[in-house]
Amino acid sequence: MLAYFVRRSWQFVPTLLGVVLLIFALFNWVGGDPAYLLAGKMPNPEQIENIRRQLGVDQPYYVQLWIFITQIATGDFGASWATNEKVSDIFTTRLGPSLTVLVPMLVISTLMAMAAAILVAYLRGSLTDRAIMIGCTVGQSISILVYILVFQYVFAYQLGFFPVQGWGNGFAENLLRYAALPIIVGVIVSLAPDTRLYRSFFLEEINQDYVRTARAKGLSENRVMWVHVLRNAAIPIVTNVMIQLPGLLAGAFLIERFFSIPGIGREVILAVERSDFPVIKAVTIYVAIATMVLNLLADLLYKAVDPRVQLK
Amino acid sequence: MNTGVAALSGVYRPASAGLWALAWRQLCRDRVALVSLAILLFYLVLMAASGVGLIAADWPREVGVSYAPPGFMGPEAAAPSVGPALEPDAVAASPSEDMGIVDPLAEALAEIRKELAGVSATEARAPTLSFGADKWGRDVLKKAIKGTETSMLVGLVAAALAVFLGTVFGAQAGYYGGRADDFFNWLYSVFTSIPYLLLVLAIAAVLDQKGILTVILILGLTGWTGTFRLVRAEYLKHKVREYVLAADAIGASNRRRMFVHIFPNVSHVVLVQLSLHVVLFIKSEVILSFLGFGVGVDTVSWGSMLNEAQSELLLGKWWQLTAATIAMAVLVTAFSLFADALRDALDPRLK
Repeated sequence: MLAYFVRRSWQFVPTLLGVVLLIFALFNWVGGDPAYLLAGKMPNPEQIENIRRQLGVDQPYYVQLWIFITQIATGDFGASWATNEKVSDIFTTRLGPSLTVLVPMLVISTLMAMAAAILVAYLRGSLTDRAIMIGCTVGQSISILVYILVFQYVFAYQLGFFPVQGWGNGFAENLLRYAALPIIVGVIVSLAPDTRLYRSFFLEEINQDYVRTARAKGLSENRVMWVHVLRNAAIPIVTNVMIQLPGLLAGAFLIERFFSIPGIGREVILAVERSDFPVIKAVTIYVAIATMVLNLLADLLYKAVDPRVQLK
Repeated sequence: MNTGVAALSGVYRPASAGLWALAWRQLCRDRVALVSLAILLFYLVLMAASGVGLIAADWPREVGVSYAPPGFMGPEAAAPSVGPALEPDAVAASPSEDMGIVDPLAEALAEIRKELAGVSATEARAPTLSFGADKWGRDVLKKAIKGTETSMLVGLVAAALAVFLGTVFGAQAGYYGGRADDFFNWLYSVFTSIPYLLLVLAIAAVLDQKGILTVILILGLTGWTGTFRLVRAEYLKHKVREYVLAADAIGASNRRRMFVHIFPNVSHVVLVQLSLHVVLFIKSEVILSFLGFGVGVDTVSWGSMLNEAQSELLLGKWWQLTAATIAMAVLVTAFSLFADALRDALDPRLK
């Protein structure tokens, strides 16, 4: 276990280096000279020279790369080009709202999708199964944009059940008032793909020998499905959720943007709109690191709950 | 020699159908797959017709009044006398008549407008269109058709690019192993450790350039990872099989073994990946264009239609949203159902 952990952590190094090189090439090489971007509409040469010196863009590439690596190591990406807010501050203040929406959303959608999936897996091949699966395909084919637009219009604008958008100060107020509709939309959007995926996990378990043994012992169908099958199928589900988490942090940008939630995702969109490179760079690097760490944790968890799994 | 072999096999066993024939037979048995295939073909014809300018070529023309409602709803309450318009052109002839009363200023106003806007203002504007109009009076139905062309083009070409890259990389890694495998695996882990949409957005931010080609390149160059993993696994499996060793023995070069001998045997994986990626990329293009990082302002796509629909919805003008949503949902549903059926037909393991 420990040897595996060390070996996997060691593998981080080349991957992380690759991510750093990719982002560096993208922003410092493909992206062109940021000084022209920063100097505004009517740049004069002196100003541009100044900005270039400040950013270190006048240095050779290897020095710039070193600057970038020290930035990652120290977590100090300087200030946002657009708002002059420190990038580290942006991270710490935006993480809370993102998690307030994401964590309840993930928990609710996972539980609901599991219940739906176990039902359709149990009824596999029947009309209900086929109807729900086609319903999921249709539901998935409608863009997430449409869900957000229509839900916001109907439930917030027309019926007034929820505030149209905004964010408060207290945690309870945020969670119950402002985050409620975003969470509902997020759950509905992820329900269809999750149900399809989890159904395949359950189907794999249902055909196993231990299920037949449990039935042969005379256990009730409820116990077989909800205790024996569920426990085994829960392993891939939990790891799947863990792997999804960092992507969701940045991927919830549409929901955060529409509902004006000051989270990480909305910050990414704003940064892309304003060509705010430091923020995008920082988010990309840290989300990549989080993805790698959570992948490793998922593997370790897999091993911990299922001793049959061989870690290579 | 050849005829002899054919004759022999004819004697000993009935000719067994190939993978593709079997798959086709399986598909034909699946009614859902056939219906979705028909829908796909319809969309392809629509895309081709719109691409060569047979239909919807005049989508930027402002043919209706601003926010003209769909024909089946009848014109806006402001002009009720014209009645439910079946023929928009016929109704357009008398736009100034309200309740049988002729607007005394109509002619003068028309003159002024004509002078202001040149010749184009002389065109009469329809109060209703078959599926309504947008803010500038452009036909929503034609926009939806044009948007179909854009979104499908992006989806198909980007998916072809991504799957091509994934196949070539996967073939190299799986076939050669060793250094090549290490390198491509490293590239794979780099690309997959950044969440897909975040990477796409980062590239969009750097390029800062709109247009269909940019979107295709962004999606195609980042989306090869899934195909790579599957194709690499297939090549690992196939390269030690006897038919590949036999090809080696008769002196086939590495490249020939890779793409002439092995590739036909893994092409079903590639085909399924292609259809799955088209769906994924159509969805991504819609999001990118919606956010304004996708196609340019002179092109219409479902994403830019949804973007306009955002503010229209608050005014109660739902038709553009509906048109874009239905056009996209039908295509994506048909494509997904077809991809599922294709996978079932080509990959018997999964049944």
